[in-house]
Amino acid sequence: MSAITRQTARGYRSRKLVDTATRAATALASVFVIVVLVIVLGFMLWKGAGAMNLAFFTELPKPVGEVGGGIANAIVGSLIMLALAAAIAVPLGVLTAIYLSEFGTGWFGWAIRFLTDVLAGIPSIVVGIFAYTLMVIPMRRFSGYAGGVALAIIMLPVVIRTTEEMLRLVPQSLRDGGLALGAPRWRVTIDIVLASSISGIATGVLLAVARAMGETAPLLFTALGSSLWTTSPDRPMASLPVQIYNYSISPYEDWHQKAWAAAFTLVVLILLLNISVRYLTRNKHA
Amino acid sequence: MSATSSTATPRWAFLGRFRPANLPDTLFQGVTGLCACVVLLLIGAMFVEMIQNSVLSIQKFGFRFLSESTWDPVAGEFGALPFVYGTLVTSIIALLISVPISIAVATFVTYQAPARLRRPVISLVELLAAIPSVAYGLWGIFVLAPFMRDYVAPVLRDSLGFIPLFQGPSFGVGMLTAGLILAIMVTPIVTAVSRDVLAAVPTHQRDGALALGGTQWESTRVVLSYALPGIVGAVILGLARAVGETMAVTMVIGNRPEISASLFAPGYTMASVIANEFTEATEPLYLHALIEIGVLLFVVSFLVRACAQLLVWYATRGRTLGREG
Repeated sequence: MSAITRQTARGYRSRKLVDTATRAATALASVFVIVVLVIVLGFMLWKGAGAMNLAFFTELPKPVGEVGGGIANAIVGSLIMLALAAAIAVPLGVLTAIYLSEFGTGWFGWAIRFLTDVLAGIPSIVVGIFAYTLMVIPMRRFSGYAGGVALAIIMLPVVIRTTEEMLRLVPQSLRDGGLALGAPRWRVTIDIVLASSISGIATGVLLAVARAMGETAPLLFTALGSSLWTTSPDRPMASLPVQIYNYSISPYEDWHQKAWAAAFTLVVLILLLNISVRYLTRNKHA
Repeated sequence: MSATSSTATPRWAFLGRFRPANLPDTLFQGVTGLCACVVLLLIGAMFVEMIQNSVLSIQKFGFRFLSESTWDPVAGEFGALPFVYGTLVTSIIALLISVPISIAVATFVTYQAPARLRRPVISLVELLAAIPSVAYGLWGIFVLAPFMRDYVAPVLRDSLGFIPLFQGPSFGVGMLTAGLILAIMVTPIVTAVSRDVLAAVPTHQRDGALALGGTQWESTRVVLSYALPGIVGAVILGLARAVGETMAVTMVIGNRPEISASLFAPGYTMASVIANEFTEATEPLYLHALIEIGVLLFVVSFLVRACAQLLVWYATRGRTLGREG
């Protein structure tokens, strides 16, 4: 065997070795990421489920030093503010998405798409500051309305981009068919394009709600938080994420338990939303 | 605006749009277009409102705001350097850890994973992005921070203690812990965008390398170098996420406005100082200084976003990116 072939053979062996090693490394990296996920979720389950009972979901927070109580007001507060946010962001977002998918081929559509991405990337704490200057300063108090507006700004880009994607999945031939029957553009859009992608839009809304549900930073100085029953969004309002934050940075062991239980509740709700979205769209993205 | 005037249409065709029969259509387009303008208005209003509410600090400190490291609300002296430093250090740690892992995961699911595993792995990695920041923070305080203090910091101090980065006591909370939490949170975004970028690489690039006798890894390297601009875009998007991340970092970084060489030391980031001190800021100047930090975050995220978007658009050749953390 000449020196050259020997060298080539050695080269081949080392190339094979590098190949096997890197392939193993990418697989290991994937396993590692999944293990981290399991560890994080595992602690939520282990620490959270143990601290839960019926009172946790039905009672108000107890003052410092008293053991017991629950986070009922925070759950209700979160729901009210999410409903407010959805009431603002869903119509606006769907109409914007209709514009983008049906008319947005020019530079204006391009600009709006770009700005929607920018809006999605603005740190949520900055959204909180904006809602503070927009709502809290003029109203002179923290309120559930301000929290709802902040969450609406978080939801808006998610609704726009997912809805636009869904509208684009509607085949052009359906639109053409409607137009050929003499229907005006707006009827084609509403009765054919929107109607046939309604489940897709619903999943977009679910995703947006899931995203907004876990947001803490925009609520810190808009809705502030509260330990009372507040069903009027005109007042400072408790919310699940802010409650978790306040409990977990407190020095009390009982509140730490509550923080774990509340975090477990929140994570389960968000994961349920995400999994149902995945289930609903399982055939759309092959 | 989609009525692109081709050469065949007469010049005066646009007049037809004003026929009464077309009025509902024109209105419909107008109304949806107005809604689209809301996004534009929001971003404009955000910028203007925040500038207006930080004008005291901008006027008093000017560019000194970025180079001063004194943050003394009692004396009315505000310099944002410690926060900029903390943000940079934690983001760099996060990227150093998460970028190689994310790219490895992206190549694994794109090229190596058996078809049965592909979807589950993608879904599980994406679930990491669904866990809210405050839940990561909680986990960070009670699980990661004690683990860092008791196990990781002593090992690092013993093995790499000659580097100033790994000297000094560890309290668990600190910049290294914050960077690790950020790494977990950034991974799903970098992975998702890298995956999109890899999927957009023409298959003949990989096929060519394989046909020349390259191994799997060698052809992956060809693809990766082809996809480099897009991968850089993915990393920049991850950076944007790390810079703006608030709650988890606030909970584990220790919140101390000091610049210290050790990664074990507590620090502060731009986002976390706003979260932590905003409701305490009763002095107008104090509040304006905090909002000015918000303006900085806004500008940085806008610029970073613009760069990354251009790179990813370039890499995916105009395929829209629907995924967002």
